[in-house]
Amino acid sequence: MFTVDSISIRYEQKSVINNFSFSVKKGEIVSIIGPNGSGKSTLLKAVSRLIPYHTGTVILDGTDLKSMSAKQVARKMCMLSQKNQAPSDMTVIDLVSYGRYPHKKWFERLNQEDMDIVHWALEKTHLIEYKDRAVASLSGGESQRAWIAMALAQRPLIMLLDEPTTYLDISHQHEVLELVRELNQDMGMTIVMVLHDLNQASTYSDSIVVVQAGEKAMYGTPNEVMTTDMIRDVYRMDAEVQYVQTEKKPRIHLLSTVR
Amino acid sequence: MIKTSRSRIVVIVTVILALVAAIIAIGLGSVFIPISDILGTIFGSSSKAVNTTIIWDIRLPRVLLAMIIGANIAISGALLQAVMGNPLADPGLTGVTSGAAACVLVIMLAAPQYTQFIPIAAFVGGLIAAGIVYALAWRRTGISPVTIILSGVAVNALCGGVIGLLTIMYSDRLPAAVQWLNGSLAAKGNNALMMVLPYAIAGWILSFFAIRKANIIRLGDQVASNLGENVNQIRILLSLLAVFLAAISVAAIGMIGFVGLVVPHMARMLVGSDYKYLLPMSMALGALVLLIADTGGRTLFAPLDIPSGILMAVIGGPYFLYLMRKKAF
Repeated sequence: MFTVDSISIRYEQKSVINNFSFSVKKGEIVSIIGPNGSGKSTLLKAVSRLIPYHTGTVILDGTDLKSMSAKQVARKMCMLSQKNQAPSDMTVIDLVSYGRYPHKKWFERLNQEDMDIVHWALEKTHLIEYKDRAVASLSGGESQRAWIAMALAQRPLIMLLDEPTTYLDISHQHEVLELVRELNQDMGMTIVMVLHDLNQASTYSDSIVVVQAGEKAMYGTPNEVMTTDMIRDVYRMDAEVQYVQTEKKPRIHLLSTVR
Repeated sequence: MIKTSRSRIVVIVTVILALVAAIIAIGLGSVFIPISDILGTIFGSSSKAVNTTIIWDIRLPRVLLAMIIGANIAISGALLQAVMGNPLADPGLTGVTSGAAACVLVIMLAAPQYTQFIPIAAFVGGLIAAGIVYALAWRRTGISPVTIILSGVAVNALCGGVIGLLTIMYSDRLPAAVQWLNGSLAAKGNNALMMVLPYAIAGWILSFFAIRKANIIRLGDQVASNLGENVNQIRILLSLLAVFLAAISVAAIGMIGFVGLVVPHMARMLVGSDYKYLLPMSMALGALVLLIADTGGRTLFAPLDIPSGILMAVIGGPYFLYLMRKKAF
C-alpha cells in the first residue's frame, strides 16, 4: 500500500536520512519513533513531498510518488503537522471544507456531495456541534480534531501525522490518539505517525519503525521493538519493559539515563 | 452562516457608499453643482453646457480615476498580504511602488520622448523590486515574512536613492515630476482614465480568480501543499498580479502610500479574513478612501490642490501607529 524504498535526504550537504526503507500494509497503524534530531520528522515530510528526497522511491497505492501530480497525491494521502494555525475568524466547517479542494478543479465550487463528506468528517471527529465555532476558540485537542477532520474530508487512503500530540496535555493526547485508532478500526484508514512517547507508540501501533541518526535501527511489532536493549541503544536510557501476554503491547517504565 | 450574510451586506453597503460619495464628489469644487444637475447631466436629461464640460471632462474622470486607483492599490495590498502571510505587506513597504516609480521617473526625466512606455516601465520596475525582495527573502524551505519586510526596506532605500539622484540630475524638468511623485490626480483627465481602465479591469477579473488560491495559502505553506497546491507557484502568480495592479496605478498617478496597507486591514476588521469577502471589500473601500482623500485634497485647501498621496500619508501614518498600539499586527 505504501512503500518507502531506500530513500536518502540531504539538507545543506548534510545527510539527514540515509538509505531508508520500510513498508506499510493497508489498514495498519505504523509509528515512527526516535530521539530528537534522528530525522523522523524529516522522513515523514519527505514521503509526503513537503521536502524533496534525493534518491530512492516512494510507492503510494502502486504508483511512484514522483510521477503523480500534487493534486493526485492529495487525493490519496494527507499529512498533518504538529501545529497548525487557522486564521482567527475561520469556522470549523470552513476549515474542513478546504479538505475537498484537492478533488475540485480550480473553478469548481463545492456541491452537495462535498458538503455531505464534510459533515461526515465532522461526525467522525465528533465536531458536529462545534461546526460554526471559530477554530481559534477551540481547545488544543478539539482544534487538532478539526485539522484531522479536514484531512479526513480529503478522503485519503493513508494519513500521515507528524507528532499529533506534542502540544497537547495528556487527556487531549489520549483523545486524539483514540480518534486515530477509531478511524483506523472503523474505516480501515492506514496511518503513519511520528510519536515521542514510547508507551503511546506501543499501545496504538501495529508496527514501529525506530530511527537512529538517519538510519533504520529497528522495524517490527511493539513486542519485537520495545526492548531494554533498543531503549538503551537509541535513547541512552535504562528501562524496564513489562510484557503483557494477552495484549502484545508492552509497557515501558523509564528508569534512568545511561552514563 | 449568519456571519457570511452579514459580510455580504457590509460589502454591498460599502459599494453603495462609494457610489454616493462619487456623486457628491462630482458636485464639490470651485463651482458647486447640485446633485439634481449631476444626475441630470450624466443621464442626459439636463444639458447646461457649463455643467456638461465640468462633469464629463474634469470631475467625472478624476473621480473615476481616484476610485479605480484606490481599488487597484487596495487589492494589490490584500493579495501581497496573502502571499506573504503577513498583514504588514503592501506594495509600498515591499518596494514595489518605489521600484515602479524609479523606472517611470527615468523615462519622465531622462527620456521624455518615450512617455508611451511609462506603464511598461512601471511594471518592469515593480517586478525588479519584487524580484529583488524575493531573491533576498527566499530560503530553501520557502519565503519568510520577516526577511521580506527587511528586504523591502532595503529596496525602498535603493529606489529612494535612484529617485533622489534623478531629481538632482534633471532638476530643470522637475515640477511636473514632483506633482506625479506625490501621487496627484490634478489635471488628470480622460486620457489617464482611458490608459488605466483596460488594465484595471483585466487585473480585477484576474484577482477574482485568485480568491480561492489566496484563501488556501492563508492556511500556511504545509497545509496548502498538503492540499495539492504548488505554494511557490501561487505566490509568484499572486505577486505578479499585485505588482501589475500597483504598477499601473503608479504609472497613472504616482506614489500613494498606506492605501494598500490600511484599507485591507480595515476591510479585514469589517468582513473577516475570507478573501471571498475581503477582496471585494478591499476594492470598494479602497475606491472610497482614495476618493475621499482626493476630494478632500482639492476642496479643503482650495485653491490649493493637495496631492492625495500626501493626504493619505498624513492620515494613514497616524492610523498605522494606532493599529500598532492596538497590537493589531
